[in-house]
Amino acid sequence: MALSASLQALLDRFHAGTTTALARAISLVEDEREGFQDFMHEVLKVGPRTARVGFTGPPGAGKSSIVATLATAYRARGEDVGVVAVDPTSPFSGGALLGDRIRMNELTTDAGIFIRSMATRGSLGGLATTTKEVMDLMDAFGFARVLVESVGVGQTELEITAAADTVVVVLVPESGDAIQAMKAGLMEIADVFVVNKADRPGADRLVKEIRQAIHLRAGSALRDVPAHHGVDLSRLGGAGSARAVKERPARAEPQGWEIPVLRTVAQSGDGLPEVLEAVDRHREWLTKSGELGLRRRARARVRVQNVVDRELRRLARHTAASGGRLEHGLDAIVQGAETPYSVAREVLADLLDPEAR
Amino acid sequence: MSENRKIRVLVAKPGLDGHDRGAKVIAAAFRDAGFEVIYTGLHQTPEMIVNAAVQEDVDVVAMSILSGAHMTLFPRVKALLDEAGADHVLLTGGGIIPEEDAAVLEGQGIGRLFGPGTSTEDAIAYVRDWFAQHEPV
Repeated sequence: MALSASLQALLDRFHAGTTTALARAISLVEDEREGFQDFMHEVLKVGPRTARVGFTGPPGAGKSSIVATLATAYRARGEDVGVVAVDPTSPFSGGALLGDRIRMNELTTDAGIFIRSMATRGSLGGLATTTKEVMDLMDAFGFARVLVESVGVGQTELEITAAADTVVVVLVPESGDAIQAMKAGLMEIADVFVVNKADRPGADRLVKEIRQAIHLRAGSALRDVPAHHGVDLSRLGGAGSARAVKERPARAEPQGWEIPVLRTVAQSGDGLPEVLEAVDRHREWLTKSGELGLRRRARARVRVQNVVDRELRRLARHTAASGGRLEHGLDAIVQGAETPYSVAREVLADLLDPEAR
Repeated sequence: MSENRKIRVLVAKPGLDGHDRGAKVIAAAFRDAGFEVIYTGLHQTPEMIVNAAVQEDVDVVAMSILSGAHMTLFPRVKALLDEAGADHVLLTGGGIIPEEDAAVLEGQGIGRLFGPGTSTEDAIAYVRDWFAQHEPV
């Protein structure tokens, strides 16, 4: 696993804290250039340290503006910030127009902020294939915070959960009702909800619906509703209620996280201090509850699986192409002598046991 | 060359003029050519442009200048790029730039500058050719 001379030089400059080295290391990983895995192996030996916060929501919800404001607030506290902003690759040309920096212009000349735009390059989860690795690089480079902004989500782009410790879901009154968010799986991934552009009509309704949906999931939607016939169950004294408390399963203890639903107007900055505070509070909860370790572990699992998958795919392509097997196979399939399945089986047999042939 | 390698271009609009139509047209054309284009909006200072170019590790910076300040802005951005250790980046652009000015700037290490009426294909071909000859390791 020895690095090439040029990668070793890059690693040295990276460890010395050179910005151009971080920028080049990101390109190395993003393009999956020769030796990038060995480079990452060296870089990641410190383990995860930074606080990773992810932002997701529909296009135009104000994610970039909110990220820019929070980054400024972290800088005011003296924390260095890395930002990864993901925009879609055009499926037609393979090109991309990355415009998130437009909302972050004021941050561009601050030496304590590093912003990188990434194109999805065909990945469908709302992030690019290598966004998690780029965040790892920023982590290892020493940023106290790494903020990641996903592509505007439609209904299934939820990979942000595998990238961030804290997920902020940004919606706007125009996003539709909370049912849309429930369909999309946003209820399951949000640690903090933000209803942005809250000065527009429909904001109150959306906030209320999201709160109800959250409580439905928590099974406590009716907790504020009095019991029938005016009997308040919580006031019933005696042995019965004491037992009920004791038997309550551990998972429902109030040490759980109550998902806040916050209103903001990113343009004017209204409500953003509350978002900052909620993200801080979530961080504290993650650390105290032990959830941070669990999330990092879950992320590590996904990462290992991703690397294995990627290598397998590469090997399979290579094996299929070697010796012109695939090309021969195609002719045979067209003539009806073989099928895609029989050709694939041969490729796999070769992949698993190259000695056998 | 890695199969995932894309040409990354920063399309920048420095200075005070607010005419960004050309910049947007070229940004869209570059995207359609398969480039990854970072667009940063209006009123960029040379420092902002160079910081963005460094962080994004772009291959090319393309500036659109219609204000007449090209003889100041191109050399300034070039100097800052060199200073930041990004002297491998191609600095090119377009706008209302007289031919004799373009020739002077080319003598200072700045790439081809495109005037009004340029077809987007010319600009794309220029960037592709340059990249084929200069791809950084």
